Amino acid sequence: MVLMPIAETPSRNHKTDSWRVQTPVVDYSKCIRCMICWKFCPDDAIEISKTGELASPNFRISKMEVPVINLDFCKGCGICAYECPEKCIDMTLTGGVTL
Amino acid sequence: MKSVTEQRLLVTGNEAAAIGVKLSNVRFISAYPITPQTTIVEKLAEMVSKGELKSRYVEVESEHSAMAAVYTAALAGSRSYTATSSHGLLYMHEMLHWTAGMRVPLVTSVVNRAIGPPWNVWADQSDSMNQKDTGWLQVYCESNQETLDTIIAGYKIAENRDVMLPLMSMEDAFVLSHTSEPVTVPNQSMVDEFLPEYKPEFVVDVNNPRGYGSYATPEGPFMELKYDMVSSMERAKSVIRDTLREYSDTFGREYSGLTENYMMDDADYAFITSGTLASTAKYVVNKLRKEGKKVGLIRIKFFRPFPQEEIREALKHVNAAGVIDRSVSFSAGGSLYSDVIASIYRKLDVPVSGFVAGIGGRDVRISDFEHMFSLVQDGTEGMQWIGLKEVD
Ligand code: SF4
Ligand code: SF4
Repeated sequence: MVLMPIAETPSRNHKTDSWRVQTPVVDYSKCIRCMICWKFCPDDAIEISKTGELASPNFRISKMEVPVINLDFCKGCGICAYECPEKCIDMTLTGGVTL
Repeated sequence: MKSVTEQRLLVTGNEAAAIGVKLSNVRFISAYPITPQTTIVEKLAEMVSKGELKSRYVEVESEHSAMAAVYTAALAGSRSYTATSSHGLLYMHEMLHWTAGMRVPLVTSVVNRAIGPPWNVWADQSDSMNQKDTGWLQVYCESNQETLDTIIAGYKIAENRDVMLPLMSMEDAFVLSHTSEPVTVPNQSMVDEFLPEYKPEFVVDVNNPRGYGSYATPEGPFMELKYDMVSSMERAKSVIRDTLREYSDTFGREYSGLTENYMMDDADYAFITSGTLASTAKYVVNKLRKEGKKVGLIRIKFFRPFPQEEIREALKHVNAAGVIDRSVSFSAGGSLYSDVIASIYRKLDVPVSGFVAGIGGRDVRISDFEHMFSLVQDGTEGMQWIGLKEVD
């Protein structure tokens, strides 16, 4: 038998929030819900949420799913802010929405 | 016992590899084309499209992705395969470590081709020698038949619960990959019996999430996991010997183990090499024997795990030996040479000459071997380059 690097605890239990210096904050009033941020996040920290109650650029978009950053896993790399085509993610020194 | 239903076909080394993969019931294949490997995966794609091989074939944008795809498919419980060469193998390097570290028993074919610059597609083992420290088992094949048989036996060795390390099977570019030889194709039902279905102990399961390779601190178990890979590599030696013996008994072709000794019983001098250079070496051994020179050959078939014991045993009574590397290790000579020397250190007092020959596909001729023999006989030590030309 061999030793394998497989842990009973899933990666979900290893939070990476303490690595963060800057926190991404989404301005939902400009967010077009394209989910490019979700696709690029290297830590899978952006979740697609069905809560359509956040601000939105127009009525049609307000019915769509929204990207919500799970701050337990966001390490603050800023890739989402860099990739966002609407430039509506701001890397702040404080703040953020917790799921 | 030989089966009456086995077939005899005239095939290239690459076709032989593809047939070996098909017989091994591989369920997932992913690859990126690169000369001289391409015809392996082309053949496999054809088999999948014709329905002869029930496997998922996934095209990807790079070798790094190909290795990522096959290793994760294997983690999900499918026997998986890929093939590559040269720069493609170098591009996989990170994922090679990841695959071995995750203890995923893949088999991968590598058609040994030179590394640029300058561009060169011919035989040279530097590509796979560069991967010797990744934790993969390495086999250097000498014939198309051995190429086919190594895939089937390779899965059985790699998947052994005491090993659980991936295996890389090498063919010299063009000399094997694109040259046809008669090959005996074993009967499918006999292969099925020899190589049972792949059933790993852990399978990725979304309903039971675990951390795969997620995290280890300096306090542990990082060092322990690496040490366990080293122990498994050692244990693999007896698994290889047993599995090849079982293969020989089942399919009727003789495979001795980690090395193949040729005319070594009473040899005063020994050539040590790997891959197809061994075929020329055997021819030269016969020729020199006719001239009354007692010379033999140790063909290193498995380079990882390295056959220290076999080499020491075979070199016990020789006066001198010469190691021929078809690769370069800059400033250290050749990888075979260094490891042979290390395995006899303070155990045998045998002068060992080292030779770099045939890199970038340069022919290594009978006269070159005769020249190397005379250098070995003279007890020449250190590295010599064979067949080097004057450059103005
Ligand atoms: S800052 Fe980085 S880790 Fe955090 S949500 Fe954006 S892309 Fe993901
Ligand atoms: S990339 Fe920007 S616009 Fe697109 S969903 Fe993310 S935050 Fe919204």
